[in-house]
Amino acid sequence: MTTNGWLQIGLFCILILALARPIGTYLTLVFERRRTWLDPIFAPIEKLLYAATGVAPDEEMRWTEYLVSMLMFSAVTAILTYLVERLQGHLPWNPQHLPGVAPDLAWNTAISFTTNTNWQAYTPETTMSYLTQMVGLATHNFWSAAVGLALAIAFIRGIARKEMKTLGNFWVDMTRGILWVLLPLSTLLAVALVSQGVIQNFKPYDTAKLVEAQKVTATGTDGKSTTTDVTTQSIAQGPVASQEAIKMLGTNGGGFFNANSAHPFENPTPFSNLLQMLAIFLIPAGLTVTLGQMTGSPRHGWAVFSAMAVLCLAGVLTAYWAESQPSPLLAGTSQTASATQAGGNMEGKEVRFGIANSALFATVTTDASCGAVNAMHDSFTPLGGMVPLVNILLGEIIFGGVGAGMYGMLIFVILSVFIAGLMVGRTPEYLGKKIEAYDIQMAMLYLLIFPLVILGFAAVAVLSPTLGLSSLTNHGPHGLSEILYAYASATGNNGSAFAGLSANTHWYNATLGIAMFIGRFLMLIPMLAIAGNLAAKKSVPATAGTFPVTTPLFTILLTGVIVIVGALTFFPVLALGPVLEHLLMAAGKSF
Amino acid sequence: MSTHEHRNRKSLFDPNIMRRASVDALVKLNPQTMMKNPVMFVVEVGSVLTTILLISDTLRHVGHFGFDLQITLWLWFTVLFANFAEAMAEGRGKAQADALRKAKAETTAFRVGKAGIEEVPSSQLRAGDVVQVVAGQMIPGDGDIIEGVASVDESAITGESAPVIREAGGDRSAVTGGTRVLSDMIKISITSNPGETFLDRMIALVEGAERQKTPNEIALNILLAGLTIIFLLAVVTLQPFAMYSGAPQTVFVLISLLVCLIPTTIGGLLSAIGIAGMDRLVQHNVLATSGRAVEAAGDVNTLLLDKTGTITIGNRQASEFVPAPGVSSGQLADAAQLSSLPDETPEGRSIVVLAKEQYGLRGRELANLNAVFVPFSATTRMSGLDMDGRSIRKGAVDAIANYLQEMGSSLPAEVRASVETIARSGGTPLVVAENGRALGVIHLKDIVKGGMKERFEQLRAMGIRTVMITGDNPLTAAAIAREAGVDDFLAEAKPKDKMDLIKREQAEGKLVAMTGDGTNDAPALAQADVGVAMNSGTQAAKEAGNMVDLDSNPTKLIEIVAIGKQLLMTRGALTTFSISNDVAKYFAIIPAMFAGVFPVLNQLNIMQLHSPESAILSAVIFNALIIVALIPLALRGVSYKAMSAAALLQKNLLVYGLGGIIVPFIGIKAIDLLIVAVHLA
Repeated sequence: MTTNGWLQIGLFCILILALARPIGTYLTLVFERRRTWLDPIFAPIEKLLYAATGVAPDEEMRWTEYLVSMLMFSAVTAILTYLVERLQGHLPWNPQHLPGVAPDLAWNTAISFTTNTNWQAYTPETTMSYLTQMVGLATHNFWSAAVGLALAIAFIRGIARKEMKTLGNFWVDMTRGILWVLLPLSTLLAVALVSQGVIQNFKPYDTAKLVEAQKVTATGTDGKSTTTDVTTQSIAQGPVASQEAIKMLGTNGGGFFNANSAHPFENPTPFSNLLQMLAIFLIPAGLTVTLGQMTGSPRHGWAVFSAMAVLCLAGVLTAYWAESQPSPLLAGTSQTASATQAGGNMEGKEVRFGIANSALFATVTTDASCGAVNAMHDSFTPLGGMVPLVNILLGEIIFGGVGAGMYGMLIFVILSVFIAGLMVGRTPEYLGKKIEAYDIQMAMLYLLIFPLVILGFAAVAVLSPTLGLSSLTNHGPHGLSEILYAYASATGNNGSAFAGLSANTHWYNATLGIAMFIGRFLMLIPMLAIAGNLAAKKSVPATAGTFPVTTPLFTILLTGVIVIVGALTFFPVLALGPVLEHLLMAAGKSF
Repeated sequence: MSTHEHRNRKSLFDPNIMRRASVDALVKLNPQTMMKNPVMFVVEVGSVLTTILLISDTLRHVGHFGFDLQITLWLWFTVLFANFAEAMAEGRGKAQADALRKAKAETTAFRVGKAGIEEVPSSQLRAGDVVQVVAGQMIPGDGDIIEGVASVDESAITGESAPVIREAGGDRSAVTGGTRVLSDMIKISITSNPGETFLDRMIALVEGAERQKTPNEIALNILLAGLTIIFLLAVVTLQPFAMYSGAPQTVFVLISLLVCLIPTTIGGLLSAIGIAGMDRLVQHNVLATSGRAVEAAGDVNTLLLDKTGTITIGNRQASEFVPAPGVSSGQLADAAQLSSLPDETPEGRSIVVLAKEQYGLRGRELANLNAVFVPFSATTRMSGLDMDGRSIRKGAVDAIANYLQEMGSSLPAEVRASVETIARSGGTPLVVAENGRALGVIHLKDIVKGGMKERFEQLRAMGIRTVMITGDNPLTAAAIAREAGVDDFLAEAKPKDKMDLIKREQAEGKLVAMTGDGTNDAPALAQADVGVAMNSGTQAAKEAGNMVDLDSNPTKLIEIVAIGKQLLMTRGALTTFSISNDVAKYFAIIPAMFAGVFPVLNQLNIMQLHSPESAILSAVIFNALIIVALIPLALRGVSYKAMSAAALLQKNLLVYGLGGIIVPFIGIKAIDLLIVAVHLA
């Protein structure tokens, strides 16, 4: 661990802290339909869109209507993406003449992008045309993020409103989220990324002549090996910057290239790396401020922010520490950081980012449900790799995905208030709303679905040599981590992969697809049900007897509940995975 | 707190109750009973599974008999301990119900019919019947006295041995079946049918026969059931992961892990906490018609308290003599005392007492004074006496002013000023005049009960607003409110105003508690979230409220709120404790499960437990014993002092949250040392 590393991590934290309030305030203005300085540009467009689509912007929706609108929208856009993928061979902007995508992969990808997961069971540059990338995938980056944002706002309204049956209008929230928030921010970010060297073009792939010809030996089907001289390399091109910006801002994470943000055309410099990490946390951090403002308790927003920050820092510190440790397997060689070496584990990491920025990026991308990577999580040390895994298993509520992190966190807030709220001698209240049986029923349902899908599928996978285990390249505890990570990433709609698992099989495509679907849409139902129920409740005015949700003590309580209720469910399997692997590695055994 | 010491209460841990509870714990093993408690039902199913497996393993000579047997036994103990806790909580109520049943014995009623009085068994009385009861007889049923006045021994119900006066009309007309008339004769209009009497309801309540889960208890049960399912999932899927890792587990170990992780501590004690909360109310001589009312008491935001009898002692008292210019205070005191000698009202008596205390004026015998008493009349609105040429009058300022005017005199400005000062300070001024000359003013004062100010401060700290209800004018009310330290007051209050205030508060989302005794209080008692009717009040009031205070002590409302809060706090504390316990249990069991195959995992055995068997056994034993250890806490409730929610949370999180994490580490280690020492593992 180096001073430089700490400074870079510190800088990131300070910038997020500084950006949270302005962005959160802006979000409040946008979703409360108050005046913003972008109104002159977007207000006419908004009006036009409503007129064209027949949306009545002042018509409020009950939670069920909100849910149905959201599901309908997701279904239609998923089918659209499926069709574009299948038909890309007949459509323009396909200079590489890539054929239509196979049905199962097209389905998997459509679901993956609709659910904001961006799990990529394919290599983009050899599978998807420019049109598919832009119309089929990049648009989902906007839509799925706007959907998440709308849902979080609806949930916050549920807390803030008193004796009302409605949560807002889904179409209005969607439209305003895209026009006022995602479009301008991603345009700014795209320009900034281009300035750092991220490419933006529609050119066919470049062919470069290799400085040194390579001999490649391949074994044919007849068992004979043939050696060929390779003198050129094909270098993929494309409209990267525009997709890169929303990939981060919308916590989507689906890379234009297979190497994702480790690729120099996606993430060329340490500064672009900082911008990308900031973009991941920007809206989720801002939403904590929005929560405080819309519910009339700014300090509550900061208490939630603090709980997120504590958990985030714990993750970063663990990952950075673990990755900086000398490997016991290389005992006897110098492994301390110096001018000539990074010190610690550099496998799978980009030299331009180093250990600190790789550990930070891995933590941030899994705290949020982004899933973009600038280093290979599979190559992390066991404990370093456990950090992203645990982040996802906690439900990606540490700032979390755009919107999804906020409502996931609020479920834990409600749970914390309920568990400890009784200790002040009143039936639990959250910001004036009594937490009753129905709310707890729905919250428990939300919490139950998540481990059910992850542990259920993973347990079946590890029992089946043909379905689950045949995809493993590593065995032992590391193999267990890989399988667990895949299902956690899919269910949590993260989309990052603990590489090493060949996921492009019928079994994994099918089950991971189901996991993504359930992780997004099934978990939404109880969440919105709580929001609708809370909105209809009376609000009890706050007194000295009211459970405090604004204090540091509440932050500690919330953090404790997340760790004990959220993480302990997975403690046994983690003990057999990364923890065991770490202890075995210390004893000189690796996988 | 006033009277319940009188009754011969059973202690919480009376040997008879313990004996009865031990038997009940076994009876409660019935799966149909257990199903109502999802957490403990899972433990029972686990116990049955391990028992079957233990038998089959033994017959096939496989397994580790000693370990498996101990696990099985402790799992059964876990279930039994939880049942025992519930039975203990029910114990005192059951004993009390037995005592009440004796009071319900069949008596002969003397029904007043058209053809005169007829003798019928008390069980045949219907609502609307009129009965006559004479001294020495048992009152045959609940009702209101319609004729007569009597002293009644209500000790069978209240435990209070001093007789109480019950009389026709007014707010002290209600009598309860099973109580005894000690003097005089009364006629009672019966208000309840057989099986629906107050005594019947009371028996059902203290026995918990009609006990239904309260809203918060239902919510908590859902949380616990949800956690149980999540941990069930974690344990069921652990076996595949263990098999993948080459370390499959026995069913005994997996069930042990499950039982340790699911919230058995709170699951086992939850219903005991609820029953004990009701029981604590009963010990305070308050009967709640539902557990919901007790919970609501904890949530109350606003307390409506009647001034008279609750905040102030029943009557005004003379506190000061303010003489007119040129009159000595001794002169004034003398005249005041004389005019009050024949006045038997409490105010009159207090004037005599004050004169004696301040000026040493001894009471004089009226008969020796040759005086003529002038009683208070509605037209003159004065009272006084004439003797030896002295004509003394006292009364309200307007009345005396009129009187003086008639005598060709007038009220001096200084006296008027004194009158106003007294009124503004919350007192009632009485002007004294002698032979057409105003002597001065007697200050009659409402006396705020001792310690009320402190209690209101405590309530304020808990976020509860107190509103004083009084018929006084706003000026007087404001002064008393200030002196008593209540947050607000409702002056010149009529029953409708009270009702409106409750509705207004409720519209703001607040919960309101009040006490009442009169029939005109009944609508407000029904509207309030917590309506405590005085046992001495009318039947209508008692039926409208959701609690009845057998001691008829309106101040007790504050204690009721505290009991409600304590009930909720006990639930929260034990839930937090139970969930926090899991951390240590993981550290005991997980290394024990896998250290056999992966010795490196022993590094997680931070408690340094002796062996995998001793570790698992210790965790299971701790899990069972902690239920027993916490029974006293569950039954008595966590200690409770009035303080703000923030302070309470901090204190309880430290004790039950942090304590819940630390205690099992110590407990499991201690049990491990013990069972290794006695060679059980």
